[in-house]
Amino acid sequence: MAQEDNKVITSLDPRITRAQVTPGNTEDMGELIHFQTYEVFHQKKRGAQHQHVGIVHAPNADMALLYAKEQYARREVTANLWVAPSSCISATEYHDDDIFATAPEKLYRNPATYKVMDRIKAFKERGMKPTDEI
Amino acid sequence: MNSIDALKELLYKIADDQLIIGHRNSEWNGLGPILEEDIAFSSMAQDKMGQSEHIYNLLNQLGEKDADTVAFTRNAPQFHNCQFVELPIGGYDFSLLRHFLFDFAELLRFENLKDSSYQPLALVAKKFHGEIKYHTMHANTWVYQLGNGTEESHLKMQTALNEHWNTALGIFEPGPAEDILINEKISMGEKALQKKWLEVVVPLLEKSNLKVPAESTWEPVYGGRYGTHSENLQPLLTEMTEVFIIDPTADW
Repeated sequence: MAQEDNKVITSLDPRITRAQVTPGNTEDMGELIHFQTYEVFHQKKRGAQHQHVGIVHAPNADMALLYAKEQYARREVTANLWVAPSSCISATEYHDDDIFATAPEKLYRNPATYKVMDRIKAFKERGMKPTDEI
Repeated sequence: MNSIDALKELLYKIADDQLIIGHRNSEWNGLGPILEEDIAFSSMAQDKMGQSEHIYNLLNQLGEKDADTVAFTRNAPQFHNCQFVELPIGGYDFSLLRHFLFDFAELLRFENLKDSSYQPLALVAKKFHGEIKYHTMHANTWVYQLGNGTEESHLKMQTALNEHWNTALGIFEPGPAEDILINEKISMGEKALQKKWLEVVVPLLEKSNLKVPAESTWEPVYGGRYGTHSENLQPLLTEMTEVFIIDPTADW
C-alpha cells in the first residue's frame, strides 16, 4: 500500500501527469482542516431582501466572500452578498417540527382562505376603484 | 513606425499576455487546492481568454486576421507576451503571486486605457473593469492570507517573489514606439505604468509582510515584446493548438 501511495498519477490529461500528484497519506488530514462553512445570502438589487442560496467552505470571512461571489454571483444579477459562519446560525430542532402544525380549526389564519380574490375580480370586472363601494 | 502599427503592437502585447496567462492558469483546472478555489481560478482564467478575444477582434478591425487564426496559428517568435506569463504554473505560491503581480498591472493598464484616444480600446477597457477588479481582490486576499499566515506560507511567498521579481518587471518592457503611443494619447506608456504599479503593489506586499528585492538588484527580463521567449512558450502553444490544428476549418 505504501508503495502505491508514492506512485505518481498518470492521466490522458497532460496537466494531471505534469502536476506529479501522488495519492498521498490522508490519515493526518484532520489536523489540517481549519476551514469552516459559511452560509451565503444573495441580494438581487439594492433594497431587496437577501436570500439564502447555499454555503461555501473557507478559512475566514474574506475568503468566504470571494468564493461566494464565484459560486453564487457568477451567473446572477447581484447587488450584494452576505456571508455568516454556519456556526452562528441558531435553528429549531427537527424533532420539534410538530410546533409548526396548524390546528385545522384555525385555518382562518391562512391568508389563502380570505375571500379577497373575489372582491379584486369584482372590482376589475366593473372597472371600479379600490375606494368605490360595491 | 506609424501610429496604426504602434497601436497594433500595443494590442498584440495586451492580448497575447491575456491569452497565455489564461491558458497557464487554466492548467490548475481540476488541480486547485480546494473546490471553491479551483472554480474561482478557472473562472478567472476563462475571463482572461475572453478578454484576449475582444482585443484580437480590435486587431481584426484594423486589418489583422480573425481572432482564432491569430491566437492558434502563430509560433512562439510571433507572440508579443512578456516572458513572465509563459512560465510554467509551478506551485500555487508562484501561480498566486504571478496572478497578483500581473493582474494589478492589468488593472492599472486598463484604468489608463479607459481614457485612450483610440475609442474602441477605451470602450473595451471600461467593459473589463469589473472582472479585473475582482481578479485583483482575489489575488490580494490570498497573498495577504499567505504572507501573514504560517512561517511556511510566508517563506514560500517571499521565495516566489524573490525568484520571479525580475521576470515580473519584464511586463513593462518598452515597446518600439512608446513616444507615438504617449504623444497620440493612446496609452501612458510602459515606464509610467511601471511607476504606478510599484506605487500600488509595493505597499500591498508590505501589508502582506512581503519585501520586494532591493532596487539595486533589479534586472528586468526583457525580450518577450519582441518575440524572444523562454523554452516554455512553444510547448504551451503546441498543447493549446493541438485540437484546432487537426481541422482549422471545423465549426464549433
